[in-house]
Amino acid sequence: MPRRTDIERILVIGSGPIVIGQACEFDYSGTQACKVLRSEGFHVSLVNSNPATIMTDPEFADRTYIEPLTPESVLGVIRREKPDVILPTLGGQTGLNVAVALAESGELDRLGVGLIGASLEAIHRAEDRSGFKRAMIEAGLPVPIAGIAHEVDEALAVAAEVGYPVIVRPSFMLGGGGSGFAHDPDALRTLAARSLADGPAHEVLVEESVAGWKEFELEVMRDGADNAVIICSIENVDPMGVHTGDSITVAPQQTLTDREYQDMRDAALACIRAIGVETGGSNIQFAVNPRDGRQVLIEMNPRVSRSSALASKATGFPIAKIAALLAVGYRLDEITNDITGETPAAFEPTLDYVVVKIPRFAFEKFSEADPTLTTTMKSVGEVMAIGRTFKEALGKAWRSMERDGFDLGWMGPPARDASAEAPAGLLELLRIPSERRLHLVELALVEGDSVDDIAAASGIDAWFVDQIAEVVEEARSLEARPLETLSAEELFEAKRLGSSDRRIGELTGASEGEVRARRTALGITPVYKTVDTCGGEFPARTPYHYSAYEEESEVRPAERPRVVILGAGPNRIGQGIEFDYACVHAAYALRDAGYEAVMVNSSPETVSTDYDTSSRLYFEPLSAEDVLAICEVEEPTGVIVQLGGQTPLELAPMLEAAGFPVLGTRPEAIDLAEDRGKFAALCAELQIPAPPHGEARDLEEAREAASRIGYPVVVRPSYVLGGRAMEIVYGEDELERFVRTAAEASPDHPVLIDRFLEGAIELDVDAVSDGTDVFVGAVMEHIEEAGVHSGDSSCAIPPATLSDDELDEVERITSALARRLEVRGLMNLQLAVKDERIWVLEANPRASRTVPFVSKATGVPLAKVATLVLLGRTIEELVAEGVLPVDPTHYRHLPYTCVKAAVLPFGRFPGVDTVLGPEMRSTGEVMGIDADSGSALAKALVAAGATLPAAGTVFVSVANRDKRAIALPARRLSEMGFRLLATRGTAGVLRRAGIPVTAVDKVSEGTPNVADLIRGGKIDLVINTPFGRGPRTDGYHIRTAAAQAGIPCITTLPGVMAALRGIEALRTAPEEPVSIQEYHDLAEVGEVRM
Amino acid sequence: MRSPALLALEDGSVFRGRAFGATGESFGEAVFNTAMSGYQEVLTDPSYAGQIVAMTSPHQGNYGTNDLDPESGRVRVAGLAVREASRRASSWRAERTLAEELSASGVVGIEGIDTRRLTLRLRERGAMRCGVSTEDLEPASLVERVRSIPGMEGADLARTVTTGEPFEAAELVGPASTLAGKVFRVAAYDFGMKRTILRLLAAAGCEITVLPAQTPASDVLGGGFDGVFLSNGPGDPAATRYGIEAAQALLGEVPVFGICLGHQLLGLALGGRTYKMKFGHRGANQPVKDLRTGRVEITSHNHGFAVDPGSLGDRVELTHRNLNDGTLEGLRCRDVPAFGVQFHPEAAPGPHDSRSLFGEFRALMGAA
Ligand SMILES: Nc1ncnc2c1ncn2[C@@H]1O[C@H](COP(=O)(O)OP(=O)(O)O)[C@@H](O)[C@H]1O
Ligand SMILES: Nc1ncnc2c1ncn2[C@@H]1O[C@H](COP(=O)(O)OP(=O)(O)O)[C@@H](O)[C@H]1O
Ligand SMILES: [Mg+2]
Ligand SMILES: [Mg+2]
Repeated sequence: MPRRTDIERILVIGSGPIVIGQACEFDYSGTQACKVLRSEGFHVSLVNSNPATIMTDPEFADRTYIEPLTPESVLGVIRREKPDVILPTLGGQTGLNVAVALAESGELDRLGVGLIGASLEAIHRAEDRSGFKRAMIEAGLPVPIAGIAHEVDEALAVAAEVGYPVIVRPSFMLGGGGSGFAHDPDALRTLAARSLADGPAHEVLVEESVAGWKEFELEVMRDGADNAVIICSIENVDPMGVHTGDSITVAPQQTLTDREYQDMRDAALACIRAIGVETGGSNIQFAVNPRDGRQVLIEMNPRVSRSSALASKATGFPIAKIAALLAVGYRLDEITNDITGETPAAFEPTLDYVVVKIPRFAFEKFSEADPTLTTTMKSVGEVMAIGRTFKEALGKAWRSMERDGFDLGWMGPPARDASAEAPAGLLELLRIPSERRLHLVELALVEGDSVDDIAAASGIDAWFVDQIAEVVEEARSLEARPLETLSAEELFEAKRLGSSDRRIGELTGASEGEVRARRTALGITPVYKTVDTCGGEFPARTPYHYSAYEEESEVRPAERPRVVILGAGPNRIGQGIEFDYACVHAAYALRDAGYEAVMVNSSPETVSTDYDTSSRLYFEPLSAEDVLAICEVEEPTGVIVQLGGQTPLELAPMLEAAGFPVLGTRPEAIDLAEDRGKFAALCAELQIPAPPHGEARDLEEAREAASRIGYPVVVRPSYVLGGRAMEIVYGEDELERFVRTAAEASPDHPVLIDRFLEGAIELDVDAVSDGTDVFVGAVMEHIEEAGVHSGDSSCAIPPATLSDDELDEVERITSALARRLEVRGLMNLQLAVKDERIWVLEANPRASRTVPFVSKATGVPLAKVATLVLLGRTIEELVAEGVLPVDPTHYRHLPYTCVKAAVLPFGRFPGVDTVLGPEMRSTGEVMGIDADSGSALAKALVAAGATLPAAGTVFVSVANRDKRAIALPARRLSEMGFRLLATRGTAGVLRRAGIPVTAVDKVSEGTPNVADLIRGGKIDLVINTPFGRGPRTDGYHIRTAAAQAGIPCITTLPGVMAALRGIEALRTAPEEPVSIQEYHDLAEVGEVRM
Repeated sequence: MRSPALLALEDGSVFRGRAFGATGESFGEAVFNTAMSGYQEVLTDPSYAGQIVAMTSPHQGNYGTNDLDPESGRVRVAGLAVREASRRASSWRAERTLAEELSASGVVGIEGIDTRRLTLRLRERGAMRCGVSTEDLEPASLVERVRSIPGMEGADLARTVTTGEPFEAAELVGPASTLAGKVFRVAAYDFGMKRTILRLLAAAGCEITVLPAQTPASDVLGGGFDGVFLSNGPGDPAATRYGIEAAQALLGEVPVFGICLGHQLLGLALGGRTYKMKFGHRGANQPVKDLRTGRVEITSHNHGFAVDPGSLGDRVELTHRNLNDGTLEGLRCRDVPAFGVQFHPEAAPGPHDSRSLFGEFRALMGAA
């Protein structure tokens, strides 16, 4: 059954912004799918709202629409593109849900558009939890006992039958949203009410709890001829009850006998057949009772998933690519396994190594959030590490986390602190799963608890606990022994157990460098093995490597000069997909320029770790030890550190010291820009205005500095990304607390204090410099005022309100700074416009979060340009070759507007205040593009999930300073027919301005109050600018209620103005969507206007 | 630290590791197996007699060993080489650790070696003679002794693992299932038969008498059997003369089903030729296409020899082919009721995709 000939045009739906539970793994899968479908000669149209993705680059589809992923807007794309079929199984839950909504509404039938990959019926059977149960029971497959409920009373009745504790899970939800355990009817009542309200289907499954059982996942592929294979088994180290997305997981499974495993395999194949997923990949989850081996099916995802991305990276089998080929008619045995180049894709990969995934959390950014790990996913990223044993892989995975105290892993100080807080003992603490659980396991072992007791308390299989015990014993044998007394065998053994040089140094009282020196002198260096899908049975063609302490290395000599690209490591808030985007472009550019691109990265979710992206891939931690070892083997002509965010920048000095040249901007320049004291001096020297600056090592110094600078001030730690622990302080009384938090976030460095430019317009600039010429990609004007972190605020290209003179001045400053810092490559600048002056907030001599947005908006491939500059090309040459536009102010004249908006994870963290501030908390971003700037804004807001109402009730409550300014937008809302509610103070102001408004009570004024109205669904939009922070204020109650109810809540005045324009745009009929390729053509035409 | 051990190959490669299981030394043919679970089934599969097995999957022994999973009465491999043998057996089914199992069977194990290096060596140079020792740690000396042992080609090993006396399989695996209706009487030649084969034959409604490998065909033909099964087993099929002769005599007289060595004997009896493969197929992930239906099945393998498809005449239909390297994986006689498969439809360890073949055997006996 070869490729289908009855289809020509395919629409691929992406997954939208990065949110918790759905990250850039879907860029990886979508990019693979688009590439392979186009190479098969299909016309591919793509819709995705996320500009930071590789897949939305114009060359990956014939037509790319950066539009919101709502049924309405996707329908617009379908009407225009007239695809024969939609491939809905590669865009995560979001893509699937949109396709389902369109199919259900009958629109697809009317337009004659089919679904490939999975039929509507199959999707329903899998996603609708009750349908799934029924299908499984009919197929004779074991499932936990459960019932479906649409009302709270029904839920109680089901629970009475099933028996407590129960777990409640809504249908069609992502990453365990809305789920939880209830141990009694009272708890169930609250939980069920919330889950019913949360889920799109208003339906929940009430199920027997199997918390504490072992959890497994199988990745299954099936083709149209009913051939089905298991690509990978994944065992969760954490028991049932911790979402798989938050669990530490291992591939392949380690603790099932072959009989048990084959039973599970049989059930998985029966499941995919019963659900009727025709072609493609599915993820199936199982729970196994550790006491008697009873197995039950938990769920199946009839699509490519987070786990399938992990499985692809873990095995070398590209699930998404193969799924796309199967969807267009190929059979598994007609597709070649890329890695061997000889054998077919119809087989089951076998691993001769162990893969460990560890999720990365961001609880420090959400102080009010509950850090317990539950059935609702909370992690924001993950690392994967490969080792020859579980211990080796685990040690590497901790290093990959890039967290102090975590990378050391075993016996690190954080675990010690945690135990000090545990009066009930470590075993008690282990019953509650948390981010630190394995550190606690280790500590309990050190304290003498038995493997069995630890396993019983934590629900972690004794095999894993015992593996950790081996590492603990090893550490004991080294502790307090001078480094020189360790034999080569002992050192080799320690490395084989995954211990880092730092860790060995800590144990033996030596520095990391001393351990490395001693180790190298003894000839103990890692070798590199190959991920080959077949356990060595066939030669591998793809150089996909991991390090191990073994005897034989498999790195082949290179034919061309090599450049190492250091990736961005795990996704985290502040350093995510945008940096991976730049690294991927660098790899493409290097290959085109005749180099071997050597990629080093540790995040399995990324496009950069697709073995297809680079010439050689090293799936390794981005720690000094591991990166140096790779450089020693590859002997690169240069290392690129400026594209992967903060992570590689920190390695730059070490690389240079070891004799590996860093390409582009010197490490000293990086330091000059990062060190705010030095940077302030530099600005003064260039006569560029910068906010008055001071530094303090204690509270006294802080008081002095702040009063010298003048309040309000911004307080922050040095050397952090994403505005970590940054606060705006209005007076001396608030200073103390903030200074303390800042000092904790970066204890070795002084606390930084700057004048806060209140009410300023913030700008972002991305530019490339070759050392002589500077090309400004774009100046972006923020919608929110300075004070909202640039990562959380919305911004527009072209800048909305700045004059050409102001932009000229911004460009002048950019060039001056780039020259002074001797930037070669990318630079990002943040500025503020206030009182007719332009101030520099910071300069980052590296790629920024906005590089992909700028590239999407202007059509200029900034990351590629930067890479070429790093290789010695000049801006002048690139202009002459047409890579860069002739018009240096190209971005100002785009005949359309692009708006970037941030997506925030507040829905995941009940109780966390949603006010935006200088600490970044968004997980992802979307883009709206339109000829009309209001529509561009509206699209961005809709794409970000803040579905603006076109009519209804608006609640307004603003701080005193905003009371005057709110009248204008309020009047406009009223004129458009919205009903206005307000708290007493705001209501008085509005009434005096002649605007009809009803006053409602604040939470502090009794019930029913505004929070009740929000919860009751009586309000469609909340406008609330903060006055005072903290969990007890009225504003806090209003905002958290809105976040929980999923009602848009705007917390800044410029945001209100923007929303207003968006609402106005919404009320007019939407225009036909236009593809990014067409926009870019328009942009070129715009070039004639100089 | 546990005591050291040394593994040597005939090409002079040596691997230093640690001893686990029994101490002493052992020689045989080094082969690698890529199955990720099922080490106990591998160890106890009599087809591995005379072989030192390297498992490519690094962790072995994680779930220990138990009394339900063995494929024969004891550990059969000559030696076991692994990256890491788990010191802890973690499973509700576990009775003892892997090391205990090996010690109890007197089998030498070596752990801590770069098993991937060993695998690549075998892939490149082919299966080799090998020795593992906890006593002779001198590379030159061990290599020397490895070079003096006989190779697998021409080795008749089935006689060393077969049953001494005929017995009724019901004693071992319970009575034949009556669910499918009629119970068939089957004579099973034991060249090194795995227990799961007996279990599945019984489940398919076969009452099985297990016979020693050298039982003359005449004994069987007079025995009132509905069918004959030729089992898997170790060694060079061409050297297993008695098996080929028995197969020749039985063909056309009674329906015949052969697995692995049994399949090879069938091929030889039909006038075909067998050859030694470079390093064979051993694992649980081999794609085999059923040429009659076009379906791909993921199958369990353990063979170092294969039947040359070009050597078989028109009398034989080729039914299965390996998609990785084209090896012949199954054949069927056009004129008489007989068929065989090179792979292991009983799995154990491995996927259950091909278990319907036992039903095919039943159908063949029903039609006869
Ligand atoms: N019956 C149950 N008892 C205990 N834990 C469960 C049960 N069902 C699911 N879980 C836990 O909840 C998590 C999320 O449930 P799942 O059905 O996989 O939803 P999602 O769609 O979010 O992946 C699982 O990974 C598992 O740890
Ligand atoms: N002096 C200042 N006046 C007003 N806002 C500021 C000032 N300094 C920083 N900010 C705000 O804080 C945010 C984060 O500060 P920034 O220096 O960019 O830190 P980061 O390195 O985390 O990006 C900025 O985007 C801006 O909105
Ligand atoms: Mg799940
Ligand atoms: Mg910034």
